[in-house]
Amino acid sequence: MLEIKDLHASIENKEILKGINLKVSAGEVHAIMGPNGSGKSTLAQVLAGRKEYLVTKGDVIFEGKNLLDLTPEDRAREGIFLAFQYPVEIPGVSNTNLLKTAINEIRKYRGEEAIDAMEFLTMLKKKMKLVEMDQSLLSRAVNEGFSGGEKKRNEILQMAVLEPKLSILDETDSGLDIDALRIVANGVNKLRSKDRAAIVVTHYQRLLNYIIPDFVHVLYNGKIVKSGTKELAFELEEKGYDWLKEQKELVEG
Amino acid sequence: MSSTEVSSIEELANKEYKYGFVSDIESESFPLGLNEDIICKISRIKNEPEFMLEWRLKAYHHWLTLKEPNWANIHYDPIDYQSISYYSAPKKKPKLSSLEEVDPELLKTYEKLGISLEEQKIFSGVAVDAVFDSVSVATTFKEKLSELGIIFCPMSEAIRNHPDLIKQYLGSVVPYTDNYFASLNSAVFSDGSFAFIPKGVRCPMELSTYFRINAANTGQFERTLIVAEETAYVSYLEGCTAPMRDENQLHAAVVELVALDNAAIKYSTVQNWYPGDKNGKGGIYNFVTKRGLCKGINSKISWTQVETGSAITWKYPSCILMGDNSTGEFYSVAVTNNYQQADTGTKMIHMGKNTRSTIVSKGISAGKSSNSYRGQVKIIKKADNARNFSQCDSLLIGDKCGAHTFPYLDINNSTAQIEHEATTSKIGDDQIFYLNQRGIALEDAINLIVNGYCKEVFKELPMEFAVEAQKLLSVSLEGSVG
Repeated sequence: MLEIKDLHASIENKEILKGINLKVSAGEVHAIMGPNGSGKSTLAQVLAGRKEYLVTKGDVIFEGKNLLDLTPEDRAREGIFLAFQYPVEIPGVSNTNLLKTAINEIRKYRGEEAIDAMEFLTMLKKKMKLVEMDQSLLSRAVNEGFSGGEKKRNEILQMAVLEPKLSILDETDSGLDIDALRIVANGVNKLRSKDRAAIVVTHYQRLLNYIIPDFVHVLYNGKIVKSGTKELAFELEEKGYDWLKEQKELVEG
Repeated sequence: MSSTEVSSIEELANKEYKYGFVSDIESESFPLGLNEDIICKISRIKNEPEFMLEWRLKAYHHWLTLKEPNWANIHYDPIDYQSISYYSAPKKKPKLSSLEEVDPELLKTYEKLGISLEEQKIFSGVAVDAVFDSVSVATTFKEKLSELGIIFCPMSEAIRNHPDLIKQYLGSVVPYTDNYFASLNSAVFSDGSFAFIPKGVRCPMELSTYFRINAANTGQFERTLIVAEETAYVSYLEGCTAPMRDENQLHAAVVELVALDNAAIKYSTVQNWYPGDKNGKGGIYNFVTKRGLCKGINSKISWTQVETGSAITWKYPSCILMGDNSTGEFYSVAVTNNYQQADTGTKMIHMGKNTRSTIVSKGISAGKSSNSYRGQVKIIKKADNARNFSQCDSLLIGDKCGAHTFPYLDINNSTAQIEHEATTSKIGDDQIFYLNQRGIALEDAINLIVNGYCKEVFKELPMEFAVEAQKLLSVSLEGSVG
């Protein structure tokens, strides 16, 4: 589904990603872990098409298309969804209005008819249950005055509604208490299917107790330095990132 | 903002003004300049009764004693009032009984503007008094209205046919001495609309006028008067677009509203005069005096405006709340882009007891424009229990524009309750990227945010106008992202 080849990216002339290689197939969940400043969030933003980051080298192929040639909106329409680490507030625009606009833009891109209002509402109510979200949040402006947990849940609701092929969760666990974490993870798990994939970016192993990944990659200094299965996450939790840094320095040294 | 974004924005900003064309109708104009002769000529050409000419001349002489005001937060080169032609009318026989008699060129112009009279007539149920340049050329639905005793006609016709009403009400809210531009208008106004809703009648349709400036170098001086007698109700729509011009065109209209006991007047405007090109060249100077008098008890006047056009906007639709328990409302969206300047707001003058006013102002500034809200709430000594709520919000798009708020409060009664809220926000790159990532493209993202921001005002507009207003907003803000 997704293939990242030797991806280099920089911001303000500072290279953050220094040759990322990663292959994600349909049905898989990949966790990307790493210490602060290793480039995890940058990778998520670059895949979504944030313009501030300049891709200096490498390719990203998504479903046979060169992702880097596409605008952020076209990437979204192709089926890439980014759950933001810091969801943005949009005053005056209701959650419902945003979701409906987004769905219809994606449908239009695929040459489909706009969604029927009743069909939309029925579907929306179903998805709200999935993330245990109160209906009153629908008529409120996007993320405005939402608590940290509500914002993250709202991201998962949007993901559930838009049904992307590839979901990228950027530190969705940060700032969540254990109940909110469970709800968010539950939402993600219910969306797992053989046709979809997810990249879960996280600093802590904690989230991976709820979302069991098929693969775990450790990002350090702009490169994936170690890949493994879910056991790798436990090992990291136990030994800390310093253990890897030492290992890497040994290799490079 | 990245450089690629900037260049695509510039490209979009270069889009030409959608309504910028000049139609090919022969027009009859006066020589440039203003003097007594010109005023007599205007009055004569319109077959006006003597009292009207006298009134115009008094206004003219008063105007000569006045200085152009300079307190507004706007900047422009001095206007040479002697280089303007004060009258222009399409050359055509004056009386038309049906659309077939209207100059086909004129009808084509309306079609280009999307306001075909025929469509209006057949489908929308809106009575249209179309003002093309200065002369009204077609009035529809007149018969149906006259059955109810409603008078809706061009101002020039009202002056000839209803001199008593004109004598009673014209200048009763905005006297010819009111201000520089109102005096000028009183002296030279060419035409406009007159609506009279008699006692107890609820006007069954929205009344509407479309204005259009067409002949080059012609000042457009509209005069509108709406009177709602006891318990009458009327909703009036005003909308306009103007063709592209290099010369600045002066527009100084006066609108007067009078509401008697228990009457209500709702006045909605979508204004889209030519704003000038992207370098700030050309565009309409719009100096308007709009004022409503809530004369009777329980009367209500509501102004709703969506201002997207004009190089310069100087406009303060106001309410004088004279009757006890009367209500004044002002809902405004003012958009400025490129080099546009707007100084707009309202005045709520509380004179009666238990009077209430609501002000909701939404300013949107983009490009290098400047957008000022100027509002006054005045509560006189005997106005017990007056209440005002004001909300003034500014939205900035990009970092080269300006937004200013000048609220004036003049409270002389301790029982008054005044609330004022103000916010300033900016459309950020973060918001745009967030919406992009949900599959929504740049322009649509801006529209989504702006429409959300203006929702409170749009919901006050009649349905068909709300749709038009949204379209106008998206055209006005094309390529303004930052």
